[in-house]
Amino acid sequence: MSVLTALARAQAWQAGRAQPVATVRHVHVAPRPFVFVPLALAGEACAPLAAMAGDDPADPRLLVVAQPRNRTQRFAFAAELGRELLRYIGGFPAGGAGEEGAGAAADRGTAGQGAGEGGEGERAVPPDAPQVWLPNRAGIGFTRLLGRSTRFRRAEGEHAVDPVVPVLGRWLTFLAERSEHPGSCLMLAATEALALHWATGQSPAEDLNLASLIGWIDPPAWTDGREAARAAEDPLAWPPAGPATDPGFDNEVLARLIAACDRAEAGGGEAARAKAALGEALAGQLEPAWRLTWRAIGLLRALPEGGHVAGRWEADRRAFGWHAAHLRDGGPPQPRRDSAVAAARRLDSMERAAASLAVQRALDDPLVMAEHRLAGEALAGRVTAAEPDRVITGPSGRRVLRPLVTVRTHDPVSVEPGTVLAPPGRPNQHARVESVAPLGARGAGMAGASGASGASGASGAGAGAAGETEVVLELSGGMGQRLTPAPGSVPGVGDWVCYATLRDEYQPPAGFPEPEQTPWTHGGPPRPYEPTDEDAREAWS
Amino acid sequence: MNAVEARLDRLRGSAAPRAHNARTISALASNPGCARRAVMDAAGVDKQRVAAHVGHPAPFGQSQFAITRGNAFEAQVKAGGCAQLLRLLRERLRLPIPEVSYANLDDVAGDTSNKVRHARTRALLARAAASGQDAGTLFDHPLLRLRAGGRAVYLEPDLIAFQLRGRFHVVEIKSFAVIDGQADGGKVAAAVIQSAVYVLALRDLLAELGTGPEAVSDEVVLVCPKDFSNEPTAALLDVRKQLTVLRRQLARLDRIEDLLAQIPQAVTFDLEPDAAGVPRRDRRALELAIGAVPARYTPECLETCEMCRFCREEAAGSTAALGRATRDDLGGIDDIGTVLELARGSVPPADHQAEAAAAIRAAARMRGEILGATG
Repeated sequence: MSVLTALARAQAWQAGRAQPVATVRHVHVAPRPFVFVPLALAGEACAPLAAMAGDDPADPRLLVVAQPRNRTQRFAFAAELGRELLRYIGGFPAGGAGEEGAGAAADRGTAGQGAGEGGEGERAVPPDAPQVWLPNRAGIGFTRLLGRSTRFRRAEGEHAVDPVVPVLGRWLTFLAERSEHPGSCLMLAATEALALHWATGQSPAEDLNLASLIGWIDPPAWTDGREAARAAEDPLAWPPAGPATDPGFDNEVLARLIAACDRAEAGGGEAARAKAALGEALAGQLEPAWRLTWRAIGLLRALPEGGHVAGRWEADRRAFGWHAAHLRDGGPPQPRRDSAVAAARRLDSMERAAASLAVQRALDDPLVMAEHRLAGEALAGRVTAAEPDRVITGPSGRRVLRPLVTVRTHDPVSVEPGTVLAPPGRPNQHARVESVAPLGARGAGMAGASGASGASGASGAGAGAAGETEVVLELSGGMGQRLTPAPGSVPGVGDWVCYATLRDEYQPPAGFPEPEQTPWTHGGPPRPYEPTDEDAREAWS
Repeated sequence: MNAVEARLDRLRGSAAPRAHNARTISALASNPGCARRAVMDAAGVDKQRVAAHVGHPAPFGQSQFAITRGNAFEAQVKAGGCAQLLRLLRERLRLPIPEVSYANLDDVAGDTSNKVRHARTRALLARAAASGQDAGTLFDHPLLRLRAGGRAVYLEPDLIAFQLRGRFHVVEIKSFAVIDGQADGGKVAAAVIQSAVYVLALRDLLAELGTGPEAVSDEVVLVCPKDFSNEPTAALLDVRKQLTVLRRQLARLDRIEDLLAQIPQAVTFDLEPDAAGVPRRDRRALELAIGAVPARYTPECLETCEMCRFCREEAAGSTAALGRATRDDLGGIDDIGTVLELARGSVPPADHQAEAAAAIRAAARMRGEILGATG
């Protein structure tokens, strides 16, 4: 959060409509995403009740568990969902984990060994990857648990399940874990993706309700965001987008229908009718969230894509390729808990991704960059003077091109002479701060500690030169090889420019010991994970 | 009856008082600055009915599936004189528990009144405290008492175990799962603070019997289902921090007189039910009465307080309604209208707003410059 976002919220409240906090889209939106809207039975750790899933907004697959406490029915649900998801994933070359391959991988899974993280680099990056959307973060949490409760199962033996079940578990686990990786778009929560681009006139806690959030962003023609958001809180009109159900629905509808299914089962007859009634009721709970999730995808797709999105998606495609290969090669399922080294590596990689994402978003999007300008890490303004052909003698005695540019800015400038800045979009160019000179008597922006008197003169927007600063920059690099700059590589007088301290540089991974060299402080070398019979048999009740 | 109690009774009106429970007491800790909540709870007002009568019923409800599951799990853990629980305490927490007896305090020879149950609890705990180190007893559903807001509140922990490592331990049984050693953080936090309320009540009771607070452990035992099964697992949780918070809150509740002094004498939340129990109170009059007690709404209230929807409506147009972080980012300025005026520069900021105003104006300028004049 920042003053900018906070102000956008205030403006949204006043306008009765969400306000943009991004000018470009920062997430990849697949041409053919897969939407998964799960519902869970209240009070249980992970009891699937129903789901809508599929990659065609007009044709969702409805999955229903008539007796959510029944183990067999749970696994039937998992198998059905697995077939649906693997059909989708199998549509991506390199994924190649179609149903057949998937089954085979599951069979081999028990024989697999080793950490199986190797093979990086040489493998070609798959041309595309699957993308799974859930309505909200809680849905991703449910996905993670569903993955956890299915990935250790086996297709043979005493507690055999459909071979597709463990494969589903491994994909769900992979996707849910990947969704924690900053900037990854293999699995997204609609509420989070939207909130990255719009500020509503309500609190972030209320934004967790997808219907209410979309009410602010895209209210129906006859009303405004405030009204639409309030209306969206009525669970009868807008059932919660899962995985938790509306307690009123549970008590007044669901309990009766499940009981009817149980009775019909026991007494025969009626069974089909009872199941149909339950399915219809659950479809009614799921459908609004299904439609909303697709609407969220549509709203985001309409935004122009940010410059670094494709690069991040490539990292996602690579991760997808690795996981697909790991499955194909018979690698073991993800362990219950990461070993010390694996956990440290994962954390390090997430931290680097987060830092890089923050910089990339700012470089792609002037509204995000504005946050850095407010913090004094960047400045933007108009060029008031330029010496594009300035040539000086460099330290080595060679004549080098070093144009000077004078920028006049309203931004609170906290950079000092000597600081090296870079213009977004020209990663090879550097701008060294030569001088910083406040214009006008009044202190520059927020830093001005002149107190009340400093602000009293502010009347009307754009109060003249008050608080302006003039910054002289010396440019180097990114201007071609000659002693005159390549056309367009140096800004001219009157141009609007931005320079920032941010730089999207490759951060090498931190050094970690090999797992076999884990120090005793971290438990010593972990025993390699071997899936056990115990794991496969685990109760799911 | 003292003046405060009389005043609280008048605030509540004709309805029977709603008792505090561990959950309502722990909820106080989440928004301690709210006078409205403190006063209504101290008076035992049925906030859900009051909120509903002014057209803002709370969005809370509990699914019967969740309730059934919770009860079934507790029953299972306690079955056969807490057989499962004992095994857990011995094996998983490696507690040296010798022979144990089991005392069910759900009723006393069929009498389920609070007074009788509390008296019995007291007597049994007194005997246990006075007895030797070896006596092990599990007290099922003891009834404790805590003074909150000048009133005695009855509280019912799931279980109190005596003696583990020579002390009383509160045992709390919850039906949310611990999966691969991890549980939902929010649920654990709620369970911990609830258990802390019981620790406090138990210490109060023992203090009356002349036993020091060290007789009750700072560590409570949380029992939850393991992974996806019905099999229980247990963990010891330190509640010292929560105890400090609760003590401060309760001390504040005890000064309820100070809060009452600021409310007009005529204020009452009476719903004026008719003979059939249907509330007949004029809605507008009730709204005014509620409005007479200042609230401190934050969006977190939506999770915990029955009055939340009413207070949210009342707080509409304030930066607090947009969330604490938003309010802070706007320099603590209360009113959205003021923020936007400062953003436009159409009013001069007050002295204390100068710094926030400069930041807001800079932000507004940048948004305008990037998004065009529409921002």
